[in-house]
Amino acid sequence: MTVPALVLEGVSRQFGGLRAVDGVTLTIGAGERHALIGPNGAGKTTLFNLISGELAPTAGRICLFGADVTRMPPDRRAALGIARTFQITKLFAGLTVLENVLLACEALDARKLVMHRAVSSYADLRGRAAQLIERFGLSALAGERARNLSYGDQRKLEVALSMAGRPRLLLLDEPMAGLSAGESRAMHALLESLDPGIAVLLIEHDMDVAFAFAERVTVLHQGRVLVQGRRDEVSANRAVQEIYLGGV
Amino acid sequence: MGARSWRLPVLAALAVVLAVGPLVLSSYWIGLLTQIVILAILAMSLDILLGYTGLPSLGHAGFFGVAAYGVAVLSTTYRTDFWTCVAAALLIGIALSAAFGLIVAHVRDVYFLMITLALGMVLWGVSYRWIPVTGGDNGISGIPSLEAHAGLPVTGPAAFYYVTLVVFLACAALMRVVVRSPFGLTLRGIRENEARMRSLGFNTWLHCYLSYVIAGAFASVSGVLWAYYNGFVSPTYLDLTASSELFLMVTLGGPATLVGPLLGAGLIVLLKNVMSAYTARWLLILGIVYIVAILAAPQGIWNLGTRRST
Repeated sequence: MTVPALVLEGVSRQFGGLRAVDGVTLTIGAGERHALIGPNGAGKTTLFNLISGELAPTAGRICLFGADVTRMPPDRRAALGIARTFQITKLFAGLTVLENVLLACEALDARKLVMHRAVSSYADLRGRAAQLIERFGLSALAGERARNLSYGDQRKLEVALSMAGRPRLLLLDEPMAGLSAGESRAMHALLESLDPGIAVLLIEHDMDVAFAFAERVTVLHQGRVLVQGRRDEVSANRAVQEIYLGGV
Repeated sequence: MGARSWRLPVLAALAVVLAVGPLVLSSYWIGLLTQIVILAILAMSLDILLGYTGLPSLGHAGFFGVAAYGVAVLSTTYRTDFWTCVAAALLIGIALSAAFGLIVAHVRDVYFLMITLALGMVLWGVSYRWIPVTGGDNGISGIPSLEAHAGLPVTGPAAFYYVTLVVFLACAALMRVVVRSPFGLTLRGIRENEARMRSLGFNTWLHCYLSYVIAGAFASVSGVLWAYYNGFVSPTYLDLTASSELFLMVTLGGPATLVGPLLGAGLIVLLKNVMSAYTARWLLILGIVYIVAILAAPQGIWNLGTRRST
């Protein structure tokens, strides 16, 4: 029995009078593909912020790979093997694509504190960065500043940054949002090609994408877990159909 | 790239002036050149903090001033030898930045501005009020010349200039190495998006702290040279005017370039000295220059023709 990648026990986050996340319990096994769905304002992104450490929970417990990280800052959680993307792209806008990816490659490397050698002199870091850039089809743009990229390319770079540290748990916050149909397919193919050892928690609005990608699904509604289970169970669930799938 | 083709000739001209200027210039101009070179070290050190890391310090002249006071007190009151004096003054500056850094590395943006301003004012207050040690408003005079103190075989403005030039080149080279290193890249990452840096796995506090101490160390080097250059120290070295003038050198010259602050230091020293010969209101003229520069070259002179510094 391997240690689960992520365990949430009764995790809550209160903003004033609003319980954005309310007693969420969730386990994601190593290598599991899990989709998190729910209507706008259901608390999906807040839950991501709690898992990655951007926010502290007001109640509950969070374990990553068997370690209690409830009070741990984001950088130390990242060191345990968690990486995430942001729904609203968070790049190093003034740096080039190559510099963006180099930073991401350095992040969990002891050489990030080296001051006496040029970063460009590390062939292995440069090689890793170039490989990642190529995998996302950004090679032609490596010298371009991130702010000058098209939205679709920025989204690709966003996901590329999250993969640079070779995470064991990847949190993807709507990676396809705003992409064209073609770009979206390419991104989906890329996600499917991920190492099966990486556990993925995916927030996705497009039900077809979510159900195609994940074997297990959690439906969040008003901060609470509405349904959780295998995708066929969830898609067959009446409450889900009424509140979410059939809604509007 | 074509838009930046003017850079190389400017750099070459600058190198020529710095290298052979003192051989042909009068001692007055050698003095100005010396000031420029010393203040360029200081402005470059602030550039690491302000331009590369994006931390706007308004108290940076404090470390410069403290190191200068260190030289003054040790060389006059305690009559220590040259190397002890220099080493101790640098150590005081670095230790102080290491201590202040523990406080300031936690805050950002306008809070960083306010706290560095406050700490700078504390240093100024100490220099002004700790009269038995600092001489208060009168400052400390009688600092020996560097050549005499270090026992150099040559003396005079040109000799001192070349000593400062060597120190400047060494500091500039070191700072260039730092900003191009993996660590230097993390500083620019923090400037661009600190939250993302944290989620990638960087302890950004540590990086900001180190950046602050490195900047403080180079500012101390500059302060040591300044004390020997002037032979005199006073509280005006560490007041708000000094820090904001410094800020101006970096933003005017072009932040996150290292060369920009050298240009900025040159421009401000020249303006200050040339203009003050004609009018007491040279600050007014500096203000106008600054407004024109903001409108014409918002990223600083060295970044003219580029969209954004790196």
